[in-house]
Parts: sequence; structure tokens; C-alpha cells
Amino acid sequence: MPLTDMHIMIGGEAGQGLVTIGRLLSKAFTRMGWHILVTQDYMSRIRGGHNTFSVRVGTEAPLAPRQEIDLLVALNRETVELHRKDMGPGGILLADSGFAPAGDGVISVPFEDLGPRKMENTVALGVIGDLVDIDAEVLRRLIRETFQRKHPEVIDENLATLSAALAWARGIRPAAWDGLSRPMEHEGKRMMLDGNEAVALGALSAGCRFCAFYPMTPSTSIPLTLIAHGDAMGVVVEQAEDEIAAINMAIGASFSGAPSMVATSGGGFALMTEGVSLAGMTETPVVIVVAQRPGPATGLPTRTEQADLEFVLHAGHGEFPRAVFAPGDPITCHDLTVCAFHIAERYQGPVFLLTDQYLADSLRDVSLLDASNADPVVSGAKEADVSTPYRRFAFTDSGVSPRLLPGKGSHLVVADSDEHTEDGHITEDLEVRTKMVEKRLRKLRGILSEVVPPVYEGEERPDLLFVAWGSTEGAVREAAFHLRREGRSVATLVFHQVWPLDPSRFLSRLEAAGEVVAVEGNATGQFARLIRRETGFAIKKLVLRYDGLPFTARYILSRI
Amino acid sequence: MVTVSDFGNYETAWCPGCGNFPILDAVKQALVLCDLAPRDVLFVSGIGQAAKAPHYLNANVFNGLHGRAIPVATGAKLANPDLAVIAESGDGCMYGEGGNHFLAAIRRNPDITVLVHDNRVYGLTKGQASPTSPDGLVTKAQPNGPLSSSFNPVALAVLMGAGFVARGFAGMQEHLAGIVAEAIRHKGLSLVDILQPCVSFNKVNTYAWYQERCRVLPGDYDPADKDLALRTAMTFGDEIPIGIICRRTDRPPLEDRIPALAPGPLVGRPLDREALQGVYENYL
Repeated sequence: MPLTDMHIMIGGEAGQGLVTIGRLLSKAFTRMGWHILVTQDYMSRIRGGHNTFSVRVGTEAPLAPRQEIDLLVALNRETVELHRKDMGPGGILLADSGFAPAGDGVISVPFEDLGPRKMENTVALGVIGDLVDIDAEVLRRLIRETFQRKHPEVIDENLATLSAALAWARGIRPAAWDGLSRPMEHEGKRMMLDGNEAVALGALSAGCRFCAFYPMTPSTSIPLTLIAHGDAMGVVVEQAEDEIAAINMAIGASFSGAPSMVATSGGGFALMTEGVSLAGMTETPVVIVVAQRPGPATGLPTRTEQADLEFVLHAGHGEFPRAVFAPGDPITCHDLTVCAFHIAERYQGPVFLLTDQYLADSLRDVSLLDASNADPVVSGAKEADVSTPYRRFAFTDSGVSPRLLPGKGSHLVVADSDEHTEDGHITEDLEVRTKMVEKRLRKLRGILSEVVPPVYEGEERPDLLFVAWGSTEGAVREAAFHLRREGRSVATLVFHQVWPLDPSRFLSRLEAAGEVVAVEGNATGQFARLIRRETGFAIKKLVLRYDGLPFTARYILSRI
Repeated sequence: MVTVSDFGNYETAWCPGCGNFPILDAVKQALVLCDLAPRDVLFVSGIGQAAKAPHYLNANVFNGLHGRAIPVATGAKLANPDLAVIAESGDGCMYGEGGNHFLAAIRRNPDITVLVHDNRVYGLTKGQASPTSPDGLVTKAQPNGPLSSSFNPVALAVLMGAGFVARGFAGMQEHLAGIVAEAIRHKGLSLVDILQPCVSFNKVNTYAWYQERCRVLPGDYDPADKDLALRTAMTFGDEIPIGIICRRTDRPPLEDRIPALAPGPLVGRPLDREALQGVYENYL
């Protein structure tokens, strides 16, 4: 029986081109209609080390990474040594003849005979392509597209190498290998996006005009994606001298009227915290993406974790409203980024997207986005809608004061990081201070009224309820799926917005379940603690992971 | 026509006799000289006594955090290059807390004007040494004088290739107004380091001390000569040359080097849906 769900892992050193093969392979699957989920595990170095690129491909959309490998492609000996133990029954190991071990299910590939050494990744692509029945024409077209722009001179040689590899692979296909089930027909075209690309595309469709950043893994490909399209879309992206400058530049650009964002990870965000407070005080919209990686300090730069929830929730001195979104896959990365820009503009302050390395680098197939559905932010209020004399921080019932843009009308716009009067000037009038604090905090009511409610799946009174937030969603839903198949009564409650929380949207679900288990990528159960603080409901059972790797269903199932 | 009265007259929180008063008046005069109305100007300041200056005139104002005036000003200018953007703060704010931004801004060269009220001491926090404090300045925090040597922002800016570097003196208001006006007119980053007596906390660099030493640069001085500019910038002792020390127009401002800004300001630009669909199709 051909597999409906296959895990292909490609392992090798940095510099061997495994990301290139992995992306080409994933794109070929996407174009042919399969669903994919990619996870990348890499070391913090440019050459050498041991990296893997995993594609889980299926006729149904995979929810999470999986440990058992069906097809292991070893570009180096270490891949065999480290990952052969994870191969499932009937799996195949593809390895260079130089180090391929003896045994069933091992295909020893004479890379040197099939093409030049520098094209061993094209050889691997051909052999894999044949084993999983990807149309050769799809692969050829991808090779042409990939090299067209930068290296057109190598296209022919790569195509010849691909043909040699495909021909060779046809002759050695093991009898017991049934390949991959054919995909369903899809309506419409499909894109391949990782979490960071999806955030960037969401920002573009929301009308983002400015981004400042200081490079930091795993967030950097967000500004890089914006830069790639910046000239076409009219977006200025500036690499700042540090994260402090980055957030202050974004606040300046936003004050002037450009919807603005920054992207960073925990350590860089630590430097931004005074700016978060500044955005809160000056009521300036700014979208802040924190792509989490394991800390403290430099931690594990290229691995994943969900341990900055409490940090983001509390970052910035003083009290002011904020919203924190936690997408779970590329499409929610896109949609919630759009949402973040609108909430930032509507409630005039800092709004967060909390992602992580796993999600940032995880490619999925999604339906082609339609630009006619784009919903760009309109910066600032209309001059006709404000009363004279204009007061930037006028006291209002909603706490939201009309925000005019400097130089765009007849009124002057004054904002201050000091406590200020309604017209924005510095004050130490303590009555004004009290009213201003209350005005700012009133905005939280509006933010709460627009909160994205958690998604509940499963029966009404389950024996077991999994609670998850952000990228843990997929593994939890897959674990629940396995348990249901065994006849267990299981439900899932997944949060895509982790602040503010509206208990009326979920507390009854917690109370109705037999046992509640919080699944989080940190060592202390930060979200469970937040729920207890906000609702009094104590989640007693925690399934935590903090080894730098993403959750799998098996990891969760083995701990309950 | 814009007049000085358009910029108003406000009560301040400054000590009587403070060097900030003539600087504030000179800045208003400079705006008049440039024919800039209050709505065309955005002042961005940090924290300190100097950083309060924008509160005491009519203009658009963003009074941000200590040390961060320059990055906010840079972002504001990039979003709307039609605004005349002036970053104004003290020496502690611009050269101390904001030192890294100061260096980066000279290299980046946004078309902003940087006005530094340089009183060589921290005023708001009551008299600690600042980056420009002279050797031997005794304070409560530096009872033996500063342990760090004095920073020369003007020489540094010249050395780093800034296009417009000037030194002014609060005690020569008309001269200062002229320099600030030229700084605003300059395309690219302009720095005016303004020597400012602090009547409360700096008993060394007083009005009289500066008046004895400040010499206006001669009419035949060539600010395009970098070697001369550097020598002039390094001259700070018995004689202190004031005026436009360095002026070069060979580096285009940041905004002119960004293709996305070629069609005009970012502010209010409608979303190009066709371009966006094209972006999406890169990911097929």
C-alpha cells in the first residue's frame, strides 16, 4: 500500500545544499497537490555541523512533525549514525556508497558516478523524486526556475544530472517500497510558505510601510522577505544599529503615519522593552514580532521554545494595554499579522505576534492568497473628525483619542513620553495623571471586545482536554486524533490570542473536562499559570518540552 | 510669511539665566529664516532639560526617551520626507545614552537636523559629569573629576564624514540662529553642537568663560576642506572657533538612496493590489 503520510528526512552538513533540495522537493509536492509540513533543525554555524530538513508529506494536511522516518536521505555519515534508529518499519535509507551501511532497506547511491560532486543535492533530488513518484517535468521546471535568476549557466548540467539520477533510481527501486499515495485534486493554485514568510506577506497586505530590525535568528527572514518585495510594494526596511534603535525608528515612522513593525527574538526584544513602554505612553501603533528561541541569554540560537510568554506579557515599565497573538501555522501567521496591524492602529499601542523557531522555519502548502481580499490599515484619523482645538490625547469613553499625523493637516500633533496633558505636553498635574492612566487602560476594554477566541474541538464533556497556544497546536490536535481513534474522549482548546484573555470564552470548557492538560514549550507552564491568574482555574497536569525541539504527537502521548 | 510670534511664547521649567533660553529663541529665528511654518516641522527630543525645549514652541513634537531622539527622528523622516525633522536634546542624551545612534546616524545620513545643547554636564539629574565634561570638573558623582576623557562630538562628526558640522554658542544668539537655519537647509544629517552655559551645575564653562574664547570663523574659511575642518574641530581651549566647521554635499541623504521612497512619502500611499498579487505568486 502506498503511504498516505510519509516523513522524509534529509541530513547533512551546512553548506551541502540540503535546504535547497528540501525546498525544491517540498515545492514539487505542493505543486503536485500533496500537503506538506517542513521542520528544520540546524546548528548555529555556516559550514559543517549537522543539520536536517524534514518533510512530512501526505494526502491530508500533516498537523505536526513526526519522529518516525520513512525515507532517510544521508548526505553525510552522521545522518546515518544519528537518525537511522528513528526509521519506521519498511523505511528506506538513501546514503552515499562511501558510507552506506549494509542491510535491508538501504539504497547505496553512487553519487560520484551520477553527477559532479557539487551537484550531489540534484542527484539526491532525482533519486527521492523517483521513489515518491514526483513527475520528472515538475522537478525539471523547478530546477530551471531556481537557477534562472542567479546561475543560468548551471541549468543544463543540473538537468542532465537530474535525468541521470532519475534513470538510475528507476532501476534500483526496492520491491517492498510502494511509494506515496497520489494526492487529491485541488481547486486553485497552492503556495508554499513558512511562518516568517507568512508574517511578512500578512504585513504587506495590512499596508505595512516600515520595518526596522537588527538581525537575529529566527526572526531575520521576516525583514528579508519584506526587503525582497519592498521596492515593488513601497516598504522601507532599515537595518538598525541595535534593537533599541529599531523599535524607536518604527515608533517614529508610525507617529508620522507609516504602519510599522519590528521583528526580533528574545534577546533583541529585551533591548526593545523601553520602546514598548514608549509606544504605550505615546499611544503609537507598532507591531512587534517576537520569534522565540530557547533562552536564557543566547540560549540555543537555532532551536525552538515558548518561554517568552511572560516576558512579552510584562515587558515595558508602567501599565498600558497590549494585545498578544500566537499563531499556530503559516496561515494564522498571515491572518493574525493583519489583525495585529489593525488592533495596533485602532487602539494605538504595541501589539505582539509571538511565534517561535519551529513555526518561523516550518513550510506548509496554503491556497494562493488573493490580493483583492487584502485589508490595509488606514493610518490616523480624518482631520474633519476632530474638534478644535485639537487635543491628541483627548479624554474619551473608549480611551481612544483621534490620532492625527504631523504635517498632514492644519493641526499640530504633540506626543510625550512624560505624563502629558490632553494636548500632549509634559505635565505633573496629578489629577491629569490619574485621568490619563485611566484613559489609556480603558482601551483594553475595546481590545477585549475584539479578542480572537480560543478554538475548541471535540465533544462537550471530554474525559481529557488539551490546552495549547501558538505553534503547539498541531501536535496537540494530532495527539487528540490518535487518542480518539483508540476510543478515548478527548478535546482540544487552542489559543491564538494569549492576551487579553476573556474567561467567558473558555472557562466553562476547562470546568467541563475530566482532566485538563496544558501542553507548552517551556519548563514552567507559563500559559497554565496565566490562566490560573486570570480565572482561578488551576491546570494540574502539564506536558512541557524545553529541549529545543518542537512537539510531536508521540512526545505528548508518551507523557499522559 | 512666518514670524517668530507664530512659534509662541511659553513658560518654561528652566533656571533663570539658563543657556536654553537664547537657544530656544535662536531656533525660532532659524525657522523663520527658513520660512518653515509650525505644521511643517517635527521636533523630536529625548530626556533632559534641553529635551523640554520643543514643548516651549508651536510645532509638531515627539518627546521620546532618553538617548533615542535620533532613531525616532530617522523613522519619522523616512515615513514622511516632506516634514522638516529636527532632533533636539542635550549632550548626555545625544552623546551618552544615544551615542550608538549618533554614530550610526552620521553614517546613515538621514536629512535631519541634530541640535545638541552642550552644557558639558547633566542638569536634570543635578550635576553629574556628561561625555563632554572637561577634565577636572568636580561633581558629587565625580569628586576627583571625570575618570573618562572629554568627548569631542564635532571632531568625531567631521572625521566620520558628516556633511554639515557646526559649533554655536548660546551667548551669540543671532550667529547661532544663522547656523541653525543653514543646518536645516542642508540636505542630509547636520549637527550643531551648541555651547551652552549651565548656571546651576557647571561653574567652569560660564558665559564669561565662553565669551573670552569663542571666535567666529573668518569669512574666507573653507568648510569643504576636511583637513582644515578637522583641525578647526580639534581646536578647543584658549580659543574656540564657532561657525560652520564642515560642509560637504557629496553624500546624498538616506531618503534619496531608497527606491521605495522615489514615488513620494510612505504616508497615505494606497495598497498596490496588483503588485501584492505578484508578490504572492512568487510563492507558487
